[in-house]
Amino acid sequence: MSLYSYLYFIILPVLAISVILTFIRFIKGPSVSDRVVSLDLVITICISIITVFSIITNQSIFLDIAIMLGLIAFLSTVGFTYYFDKQDKDV
Amino acid sequence: MFDIIIMIFTGVGALFALLAGIGGLKMPDTFLRISVTTKAATLGSGFSLVAAAMYFNTISVNTRVIVIVLFIILTAPVSGHLISRAAYRSGNKLWKGTKMDDLEGKYDDETGKLS
Repeated sequence: MSLYSYLYFIILPVLAISVILTFIRFIKGPSVSDRVVSLDLVITICISIITVFSIITNQSIFLDIAIMLGLIAFLSTVGFTYYFDKQDKDV
Repeated sequence: MFDIIIMIFTGVGALFALLAGIGGLKMPDTFLRISVTTKAATLGSGFSLVAAAMYFNTISVNTRVIVIVLFIILTAPVSGHLISRAAYRSGNKLWKGTKMDDLEGKYDDETGKLS
């Protein structure tokens, strides 16, 4: 089995299944914090998917997008918690 | 030779990502979910990125991979702590099997300081 078919037919479906499982938690999640955690996990798995895709297509330029996604995941979490602490408790 | 090592590393990374997905779905509590997902996702993407560094094996790709892995390792605990603090202050219920809650009654509701 070549590296190409292994990545294409085993690794990418497993990663896609884990994204789907995380999205089920995103839809079910009882509180807002669960949804933020699951979105954070989706972005982190997307970094893995981008990395595997850059191996498949032999283009290392895709790793720049992984850097961007890591930054966005951290910044969105920090922004969410900042405004979540500041919200009015009575609402 | 390198192909087999790349296969093993991407396989371990995908396995950790799958474990994070299953754990995030099956765990009974927000805090347990945070605990599972941050650890497993960090290892999963780290293994995939190391596999990419082995495949390309040039200086530019290696520095990018080191930067991404360091960034994920540095920021995952910080964001997990921030989310769990916000979830605790907003009154999320703990799991019924949790034995002790050290923070009970220690947060001041108005200012958010620990007493």
